Amino acid sequence: MCGLCQTRRVFGVLIRIDSVTKRYPDGTVAVDNLSLEIPDRAITVFVGPSGCGKTTTLRMINRMIEPSDGTITIDGKDITQQPVNTLRRSMGYVIQNAGLFQHRTIIDNIATVPRLLGWDKGKARARARELMERVGLDAALAKRYPYQLSGGQQQRVGVARALAADPPVLLMDEPFSAVDPVVRKGLQDELLRIQDELGKTIVFVTHDIDEAVKIGTMVAVMRTGGHLAQFAPPAELLSRPADAFVEDFLGADRGIRRLSFFGSVGLGLRTTPIVAVDATAEQIAERSTPDVPYLLVTDVDGRPLGWSEPRQLTAGAIDPARLLSYGRPFRHGEESLRAALDGAVLSPTGWAVAVGADGRVAGVVSQQSIGEAIRAAHAEGRDGRDGRDGFGGLDGLSDEKVAG
Amino acid sequence: MSAGLFDIPSDLQNTYWGLVVQHLREALIPVVVGLVVALPVAQLCVRLRWLYPPVLWVTTILYAIPSLAFFVVLIDYTGQTETTVMIPLGVYSLVVFVPAIVDGVRSVPQETLDAATAMGLGPVRRYFQVQLPIAAPAIIAGLRVATVSSISLVSVGMLIGNQGGLGNLLNDGMIYHQNRLVWLSVIGTAVLAILADALLVLVRLLVTPWMPRGSRKPRPVDEPEPVTAVLEDAVR
Repeated sequence: MCGLCQTRRVFGVLIRIDSVTKRYPDGTVAVDNLSLEIPDRAITVFVGPSGCGKTTTLRMINRMIEPSDGTITIDGKDITQQPVNTLRRSMGYVIQNAGLFQHRTIIDNIATVPRLLGWDKGKARARARELMERVGLDAALAKRYPYQLSGGQQQRVGVARALAADPPVLLMDEPFSAVDPVVRKGLQDELLRIQDELGKTIVFVTHDIDEAVKIGTMVAVMRTGGHLAQFAPPAELLSRPADAFVEDFLGADRGIRRLSFFGSVGLGLRTTPIVAVDATAEQIAERSTPDVPYLLVTDVDGRPLGWSEPRQLTAGAIDPARLLSYGRPFRHGEESLRAALDGAVLSPTGWAVAVGADGRVAGVVSQQSIGEAIRAAHAEGRDGRDGRDGFGGLDGLSDEKVAG
Repeated sequence: MSAGLFDIPSDLQNTYWGLVVQHLREALIPVVVGLVVALPVAQLCVRLRWLYPPVLWVTTILYAIPSLAFFVVLIDYTGQTETTVMIPLGVYSLVVFVPAIVDGVRSVPQETLDAATAMGLGPVRRYFQVQLPIAAPAIIAGLRVATVSSISLVSVGMLIGNQGGLGNLLNDGMIYHQNRLVWLSVIGTAVLAILADALLVLVRLLVTPWMPRGSRKPRPVDEPEPVTAVLEDAVR
């Protein structure tokens, strides 16, 4: 077994699906002549409506379904060249509803594959404890049974169980579909964090395009009948959908969602129309400018309190309760243009508040300036420079499903 | 007559406790053998779906044959022995075991089986390490029914020459018009059945610590982590 050395290999193509077709005896074609390369140490998402063959494709990789035609190779080696159970033990598998062994404790669930590989009980359990910590599970849960855990906790156990033998490949079949949106978001963030640390080759199946765009390094959009409609990084998918099907599948607000991939660092912030709550009459007069009809009032530490028209501010008697709401501030440089636009849309004044990492106001920006920044970013995108700069804080934070 | 409570007629050539032991032996051995036979039969029915209905018909038809008819045929081969009593009892237990095991094994969620397969458990490991343990509550439920019914059925063994455990006592009680013997037989049989059943309930509790127990606190609900909650609030 060489699970460890495989994960340390440098970037390269790991899984190659070559002209694979799955035809059932009744004539149904689940996957039709599919060819693509799944990159090493990245998350590749298969997404599409039900019946598009995404789960079939995933299951052909660990041979739970055998292709009718074509080959699948891992690191150049045909997957049919080794015993099927050896192949499967080298791939973690996470499934909807976790599929935990209800008759085993959490720790024994996680230790399943190490035990199959012949590790002794103590070593397997030590490894299981380590993984519980990694996926954010309290060690006190080790001796519990699955029925005593919530759906989200069970799914974490499912991920830990899949990672237990440190397999180079992780197959995930709609793993987060059955949990509620808040927990799902937490699990997605956790997966991105774990992937940052471990760098597995992850194949992820979902029917949720937002999930695909959020976690995928590469996204394969499939259409009914097992055809590959487009295979591209998420930013490219949003900016250049291959055809009407992909465009339709991405949904009506793909333009807005694409803004998640543009940073807010280039936004020109205005720092003039900002006064502290203890400002003097001179400061209020000095800060008021004709082109900004409002002033943003901050507390003495510089944190936002609210907007007001300058003439309604009386020096020394500013009542924070009477200020207009400042909406949702965005973290300048850290969050995307999408968050900035959202802040501007939510603000009653049409101006978004930018804050630093410490929560203090860095400046304000109008819808108009954000619009200009968007146009500039799109122009850059057309020059072929749009793309995703790795998994950073940006992705994790900017993909809020905003109400705008 | 100054017989003690547990004194029994000499024609039975046994003590009360001797009869109890014979009764339990004749009731439990067929159940165990029935279970051992039913396990592979049920597994075949799970794997080959078309086989299940005919197997069910056969076990039901066998169950419909009166034990007396079995005895008539079997006496030529096995004589007036305990074996002759136990064979029909074992056959009867199949009508309980086969559906109990099939339902139990089928109740294993598909995603659990998929997960087991995907982790590289072969069919044999999958059966012994996943399907059978998860089917255990259903199997033990069947075991309870089979055991209790077997304990009550042993009594017919009296028909082939005092091979019916406590049932022999019932027979003697009626011949000698002694109500004490009838009560000893009937209450003794009932107590054995209740004790055996209670024991099996205990076994189930011991082997299935993973089953939700009725009155425990309900299953935990996902609480968003603080950070997530704050972000969500911020969005709203």
